[in-house]
Amino acid sequence: MVLKQQADDDLEMMEKNGIIVTTLEKIWNWGRAHSFWPLSYGCNCCPIEMMAAGASRFDIARYGYEVFRASPRQADLLVVAGPITVKMAPAVQRIYEQMPSPKWVLAMGNCATSGGPFRDGYSVLPGADSLFKVDVFVPGCPPRPEALFHGLLELKQKVMGKK
Amino acid sequence: MEHWFTDIAQALVNWLMGLGLSAGWADFVLLIVQWLCIVMIVTINVIILIWLERKVSGFIQLRLGPNRLGPYGAFQTIADAIKLLTKEDIIPSRTDKWIFMTAPLFFIVVSVMLYAVIPMGDGMQVVDFNVGLLYFISIGSLSTICLLMAGWGSNNKWSMLGAMRAVAQMISYEIPLAISLLGVVMIAGSLRLSDIVVAQGNIWFVLLQPIAFITYFIAATAELNRGPFDMPEAEQELTAGAYTEYTGMRWALFFLAEYTNLVAVSALCATMFFGGWQGPGLPSWLWIIIKTYLIMLVFMWMKWTFPRIRMDHLMSFSWKILLPVSLANLVLTGFGLEFFKWMGWW
Repeated sequence: MVLKQQADDDLEMMEKNGIIVTTLEKIWNWGRAHSFWPLSYGCNCCPIEMMAAGASRFDIARYGYEVFRASPRQADLLVVAGPITVKMAPAVQRIYEQMPSPKWVLAMGNCATSGGPFRDGYSVLPGADSLFKVDVFVPGCPPRPEALFHGLLELKQKVMGKK
Repeated sequence: MEHWFTDIAQALVNWLMGLGLSAGWADFVLLIVQWLCIVMIVTINVIILIWLERKVSGFIQLRLGPNRLGPYGAFQTIADAIKLLTKEDIIPSRTDKWIFMTAPLFFIVVSVMLYAVIPMGDGMQVVDFNVGLLYFISIGSLSTICLLMAGWGSNNKWSMLGAMRAVAQMISYEIPLAISLLGVVMIAGSLRLSDIVVAQGNIWFVLLQPIAFITYFIAATAELNRGPFDMPEAEQELTAGAYTEYTGMRWALFFLAEYTNLVAVSALCATMFFGGWQGPGLPSWLWIIIKTYLIMLVFMWMKWTFPRIRMDHLMSFSWKILLPVSLANLVLTGFGLEFFKWMGWW
């Protein structure tokens, strides 16, 4: 809600600056929303579902999101799939910082959204949002590929400023 | 249809000379226009090719490929290009800045320079060198330096390893590539690409030089760093190889240059082995486009069918199999030519 307010404020400010800026921003957002290139990064069992999403039965390529990049420099979307242990946290933080902005984060699975069954553990962070801002949460243990697609499409709506 | 582009060029020259320019200056302006046309051809081809690559990979893996944006997902590449243009441009602080920043520029310039000698139709060639083939091969091997620049300038272990692999691979495959093309040159009796096309009026050289064609095709795949020889950017081992530190448009320039090279190498393959722009019925520029695209589809088919081979296998394959085979082909061609002359058949 706060984010939506902020986005509206930004839009208003841009409209004050002139219509061209707003239109360009719309074109840019259209491009960004239709080509999230995810980082090939995962922790445990959720990445298996992510791989299934890329394979023939589900086919993430239909939306144009199939370009999994190995280097964070070329990725737009960090899919945090799996629990973030205390030991792993600095690495995840670093990967996030290596990505060029504009970048988005999708927390996939119960572990990444809230810590899941390990929430009270001494070695696991309670969700990815304790490290950085998360755009979309996809709960499930693990979420099916359809759920991941739903999360990605929600993120698309968000980037295009419709939510 | 046949003479559209040559007529337009002639009309432009006539118009410029009518304005009072000397013939030399008119030709100079025409050269700039031709160069702009080449850049346009390159850009349009890359936009089509990336979409095609994703669709072909999808179909080979029993998927649909991009199909949400536009008809059959045709606008997908445009969305990607917009996104890459508006990404943050990161130059890591420990890099060698000038080398890091100029490497993609050199790479794309070198790739575009290849198009100067390719005959894109009857009389549609920017420069008709008498050593056109030599020019093509030597300019083509310059891209090795650009990859080394990218790897060295990035100051990153993955980049460096990727660049060294690229140099090792591209230099060793350069030799069978050049030697396999020499067989064609011996039959045609010229290094001028337009002469080679004309020499294929009766029979395509792929029928006379099948071994040379196969050697060229394999060596060209390795030259292009395409699968199954994409060692320099092997994702599972080297993150993204020489391109690891590049973001946004700088990285996109590398991508653009790779596809530009793909088109150039396929066009050269069509010119050397498949009769170039010659063909019945359709205009000459359409024939070379059809042939080039068919060859590129075979390149894509290879990429998405074969798994990546190991680095040591790659090198020993080049030196122990491809090089002797192409040398043997050269000797065989020489004997064959002499035999045909001796019998009075040629």
